[in-house]
Amino acid sequence: MSKLSRDELRSIADLARIALTEAELDQFSSQLDVILDSVAKVQEIVNDEIKPMSHALDINNVFRADVVGNSLSATDALAAAPASEDDRFRVPRILEEE
Amino acid sequence: MTELTRMTAVDLAAGIKKKEFSAVDVAKAHFDQIAAVDKKLNAFLFIDEDGAMAQAANVDKKLASGEFLGPLAGVPVAVKDIFTQKDIPTTCGSRILENWRPPYDSTVVSRMKNADMVLLGKVNMDEFAMGSSTETSAYGPTTNPWDTSRIPGGSSGGSSAAVAGFLAPLAVGTDTGGSIRQPAAVTGTVGVKPTYGGISRYGIVALASSLDQAGPFARTVLDAALLHQAIAGYDPLDSTSINQPIPDFVAAAKHKDIAGMKLGIVKEFAGEGYQAGVLNRFNEAVAILRNLGAEIVELSCPSFTYALAAYYLIQPSECSSNLARFDGMRYGLRVDDGDSSVEQVMAATRAAGFGPEVKRRIIIGTYALSSGYYDAYYGSAQKVRRLIADDFNAAFSQVDALISPTSPITAFKIGEKLNDPMAMYLNDICTIPVNLAGVGGMSVPIGLADEDNLPAGMQIMAPVMCDDRMYRVAGALESALVSSWGGLLLDKAPRL
Repeated sequence: MSKLSRDELRSIADLARIALTEAELDQFSSQLDVILDSVAKVQEIVNDEIKPMSHALDINNVFRADVVGNSLSATDALAAAPASEDDRFRVPRILEEE
Repeated sequence: MTELTRMTAVDLAAGIKKKEFSAVDVAKAHFDQIAAVDKKLNAFLFIDEDGAMAQAANVDKKLASGEFLGPLAGVPVAVKDIFTQKDIPTTCGSRILENWRPPYDSTVVSRMKNADMVLLGKVNMDEFAMGSSTETSAYGPTTNPWDTSRIPGGSSGGSSAAVAGFLAPLAVGTDTGGSIRQPAAVTGTVGVKPTYGGISRYGIVALASSLDQAGPFARTVLDAALLHQAIAGYDPLDSTSINQPIPDFVAAAKHKDIAGMKLGIVKEFAGEGYQAGVLNRFNEAVAILRNLGAEIVELSCPSFTYALAAYYLIQPSECSSNLARFDGMRYGLRVDDGDSSVEQVMAATRAAGFGPEVKRRIIIGTYALSSGYYDAYYGSAQKVRRLIADDFNAAFSQVDALISPTSPITAFKIGEKLNDPMAMYLNDICTIPVNLAGVGGMSVPIGLADEDNLPAGMQIMAPVMCDDRMYRVAGALESALVSSWGGLLLDKAPRL
């Protein structure tokens, strides 16, 4: 299995929305190499015949009647928000300025 | 009379009902013990003395007015900081949730409240339950009451330390790859990972949704059964909770007769990496089970050798997805200089709010799920998971339950494995297959290892929705061991 390059690690961290420091990039790239080498072992015993298992139970979708029930009030839902305004979550800018 | 903090949950509940002491006396004794020794353990992250004393006073009032009280009424319990409890801080051991007070109760918490239990507060854990030592908590490590230079196991190390240190007779924890059973093993307590779907996950901060399961910690098998019974059962708020009657764990714990039961030793759970003293205690416990009339057979589950590798792909994959919710938008930490884009705010918030182990696992999961690597990593891991479930099914067609050591080693020194993730992961080598297959697993104390005089545990595994079998085996084994020791294993622990 190919080793995880520093650039590759940086781009994965970007996808995961984690800003890594230079020191973390150094530390993680060597640790992740060891971990990825070790977990790659799963490829040794699998074949096309084996049905992948995603869950312990044979789960099916669970439906309920589409009826309005009790839920959190806007005040409770916003109580822990880092910022709110007019009964809504206030978020940083999403679109680039023109 | 025995000190209130050293009594079992069964004896505390009985004493309260007989009015030998009040629920308020019991709660107060535990808060005194917490005040006296928790600076050595760092088990509690939040102590809810006001709330707990009010719950206890309410139990005494109900008792005085002749109201019916359940089997755990007035019994204190410590709650892992992963369960939401309305208006009580729930941090998951992370900076990103520092000061977060959830607006609702998890089902486990509401069931304990309905059982008139007294919730003492929230206890420490590895950050987002990622770890086997409670060292990755942003709020400092918890120590082991047997030796405070050592780890109490993890991730539910606050729960195990609280019970082993006599700060609480009972605790609840969660187990994704061994996070209840391994801490129980290394602290000389009883810990149970129920069948997946046996206890509602509603209100538990999700790590790996297909593996996470809540369960009890206690000092005795019967106490664990009582707490398990109180919190188990179908919950419409968790679509993966099993809608079937739950077995009678309490009756199974009291049964004590295992004559004719067939128990299997998995031969893959031995060899390199297993401490000799742990294996000695395990072999003695096997001999006891045989003397009690169980038939012991050795069998092979060849795919278990690959369980650790599969787990450390599946678990980080699910956690990379679950932890995406911590984006600094709706609750928790937000790091914002007022001039950044939403992506930059998220990346800065997660960089500041998550510790190294959480970052590592999110990155591994993101990598394993990325196109180009998906089939080789996550896809293969899911196939190994199928092989493991097949091995369990084949084993359970031959035996009633399986047994193994819980952890290959006893409690290690704080700091010893923190910078070597793979060495840390190996602690869960015996417990992980259980989560992947969704079957039940339990750890019960079996004595002290020869090398270091630290506790070792036996793991008992049973098929889906047959958790009562674990209690039956554990109850019989505990009974034999306690009479040979002249008391609980924990009675041998040094006083803090």
